[in-house]
Amino acid sequence: MSHNPTILETMRENMVNVISLVPWAQEIGMQVISIERGKVSGKLVWSDHLVADPATGIVHGGVITSLLDNLGGMAVVSALDNFRTTATLDLRIDYMRPAEKGRDIAATAECYHVTKTVAFINARAYHPDTEKIIASASGAFALNSPKGWTAPKPVEPKT
Amino acid sequence: MTDTARPEKLTRFLAASPFVKTLGMVCDIKGDEMTAILPFAEKLIGSTALRALHGGAIGSFLELTAMSQVYLLSDIDTLPRPINLTIDYLRSARAEPLYARAHITKMGRRIANVRCEAWQSHRDKPVASLHAHFLVTAPEPAA
Repeated sequence: MSHNPTILETMRENMVNVISLVPWAQEIGMQVISIERGKVSGKLVWSDHLVADPATGIVHGGVITSLLDNLGGMAVVSALDNFRTTATLDLRIDYMRPAEKGRDIAATAECYHVTKTVAFINARAYHPDTEKIIASASGAFALNSPKGWTAPKPVEPKT
Repeated sequence: MTDTARPEKLTRFLAASPFVKTLGMVCDIKGDEMTAILPFAEKLIGSTALRALHGGAIGSFLELTAMSQVYLLSDIDTLPRPINLTIDYLRSARAEPLYARAHITKMGRRIANVRCEAWQSHRDKPVASLHAHFLVTAPEPAA
């Protein structure tokens, strides 16, 4: 078996199925649209059950947090050479404006730096076809090793 | 000086909110103090392999708890609107109930600064914490 699919290829092949492994992402109706190395886009379709206050029809901020957190984690994995599990360390969200009633919410997350132990992301949520940002986020994700996997020891420089 | 109608108004809002129902959050309000409870449900899972709660579900719960506590202590008629928030994930949240309480650091005329902590079986081992700012003014009329 000479073919060794990269993490990116595996993620792309399973783009639709991957959400079925994340019940909360399924619950809010999140979809993954595209995966590039270190960059993942997705969207949410407006739905009654995501609304904070029925008087306004505005989707609750927690839904946006969920979308950006999930896409951020995926952006991290897509940027890696070797598979690692990730856990959100922290996530900061700035809300620019409320999401409009009845409109889809698109979002993109970008992993812009990876170290041995931590990866950093930026993410934005917006309505498609507009420049107006609903929310922006930045976060750090811890990189953990799968069970039974040990990091290779760094090579000692020859003296 | 607590407005006795506030807990009732908050309870009514939470009961009418579709997203609160989606999340499954319930609140135990005693005067101006509140403990929020998120009973475990399969839909809150973020990883079927690790059986851990989704960071977004935890974040939603913390934000709603903080917003509710700000509302209880403020004097505006509308609900506080989030400006920004930071969530620190401290431990993996297991498939168990989650609890949260919020503390108002400063209640300003326009902006409230609030902190919130969530835990599971041990109060001294928080699972996540939130630091947020909320607008406590009435929304401007739509242009």
